[in-house]
Amino acid sequence: MNQEAIKELLYKMADDQLILGHRNSEWTGFGPLLEEDIAFSSMAQDKVGHSLALYTILNDLGEQDPDTIAFTRNADQFHNTVLTELPNAEYDFSLIRHFLYDTAEALRFEMLSHSSFEPLALVATKVRGELRYHTMHANTWVKQLGAATEESIGRLQQSLELALPYALGIFEPSPYESDLIKEAIFEGEKALEEKWKKKVEEVIAQTQLHLPKWETIAPHYGGRTGKHTEYLQPLLDEMSEVFKIDPTAEW
Amino acid sequence: MYGGGNTFEGIKSDELTGEDPIKLAEFEARIERGEKIEPSDWMPKLYRKQLIRMIEQHAHSEIIGALPEGTWITRAPGFKRKMALMAKVQDEVGHGQLLYSAAETLGKSREEMIDDLINGKSKYSNIFNYPTFTWADCCFISWLVDAGAIVNQLANAKGSYGPYCRALDRICAEESFHLKYGHHCVIYLASGTQTQRDMFQEALNRWWPPMMHFFGPSDKISVHTEILMKWKVKMGTNDDMRNQFLDMYVPKIWELGFTIPDPNLKKNTETGRWEYTEPDWEEFKRVINGDGPCNKERLEVRRIAEERGRWVREALRTPKTAYVTPLA
Repeated sequence: MNQEAIKELLYKMADDQLILGHRNSEWTGFGPLLEEDIAFSSMAQDKVGHSLALYTILNDLGEQDPDTIAFTRNADQFHNTVLTELPNAEYDFSLIRHFLYDTAEALRFEMLSHSSFEPLALVATKVRGELRYHTMHANTWVKQLGAATEESIGRLQQSLELALPYALGIFEPSPYESDLIKEAIFEGEKALEEKWKKKVEEVIAQTQLHLPKWETIAPHYGGRTGKHTEYLQPLLDEMSEVFKIDPTAEW
Repeated sequence: MYGGGNTFEGIKSDELTGEDPIKLAEFEARIERGEKIEPSDWMPKLYRKQLIRMIEQHAHSEIIGALPEGTWITRAPGFKRKMALMAKVQDEVGHGQLLYSAAETLGKSREEMIDDLINGKSKYSNIFNYPTFTWADCCFISWLVDAGAIVNQLANAKGSYGPYCRALDRICAEESFHLKYGHHCVIYLASGTQTQRDMFQEALNRWWPPMMHFFGPSDKISVHTEILMKWKVKMGTNDDMRNQFLDMYVPKIWELGFTIPDPNLKKNTETGRWEYTEPDWEEFKRVINGDGPCNKERLEVRRIAEERGRWVREALRTPKTAYVTPLA
């Protein structure tokens, strides 16, 4: 199997889960209601746990241990999509990001549960079960707030338009796409993107939100090759603040 | 699991006048027999008032208490700590939710309680008005503040009000994991590098006085609460709770090789009670009345969260489509 292709796939998925998990955890104590505070905190735990499982596979493939990978790299060594690193902003943006991102991830892990690369297929089978709750949560809230008050509809619409170019960045073409497909490791970003668009359309159609035509949205690429916004490095500095006091110490 | 160190107001002599003496006698007999009082049962106005006050303070302590530890979630060193701390602080917010529901059974809504928290009318545990400067401060809270709260909550779980006791049973079960997590973190600091050991010693020095305050003013100066003890609202005196905490945790702190910043701290082998330098109760009063290092910041965070979330709560009250329970 093409190890480089597998590693590229694992790194971007693990980094996505870690960075969005970290962002979700920032809602702890600040949610619009206690129930949402708790929900975002739950999803944060799941996502950080998923990243650990994926970094562990990387470690088995000869990469460094998960703590070192996660807590000592700089922004330009991260492969997460830019969507995940953007600040939480208001709840409407966090919710729309959660909806767009988790819709894609649920599909991705579903596809990967049939991967020919067995360690990934095993993790994906477990993760897809958890992600069902993430998409259920996102869909419930988008449908509710996307059809409630003028303010809630307006806020969600604005956040949707802001987030869509970044969401398309999830599917940034990979140089290993054809290798992954050929070896039946992953069906590829293009196939995922098509499935994702259908799901997003399906949910948005049940709200009063308006989805712009796909061809009018320019995807924001770069994250997969380490080109990030100014928001990622401060996030990483904060994440590693204690760890870096003494990376050889046990905490 | 942050409750504890509740403050009670003095009870005015006329607060029980007007109660039906027969009902009051039945009520007291039930409590005496160890029965639980349930929301629809008859209860004296004073019992209802004091319970709302206590449960509400406890709920506020959970959600305000999530802040000083919560700020370390994004900085926790390594996957193990990061995931455990997220889960722990989430539990605390969940305890807040559980306790607000318990208090609501007595007739005060969650919105009213949170409004009273923000406008300063109701209190929360004083200890959360102190800052967490380092990771070790966060570990101190997870281990020892949680330990102190468990001492209080195990006692209160034997109280007389059914919904509160049931909430506390669930809370205490989760708290026991927090305590293990906190102790584990401190063991790693204690057996780590000199920097790590120093970090925890400094945290201990900072947090010991607020920890002694945590159980409330000394029995010598605290308001008389005999009736609350008789009604099983308050389950032990402040000094008893403090003594129980010292008995359980001072040996554990010493075992790890740390120094508690009180030269007078020792157990009197004859009385079985701990002796210590009397905490500064003037400072306690100052902080509880709003003049602590973090009071303004804590309430401001809560106020901003409430304001920023208002449109969400309003949208929930104005559904344009019928809500359908999603299928799991």
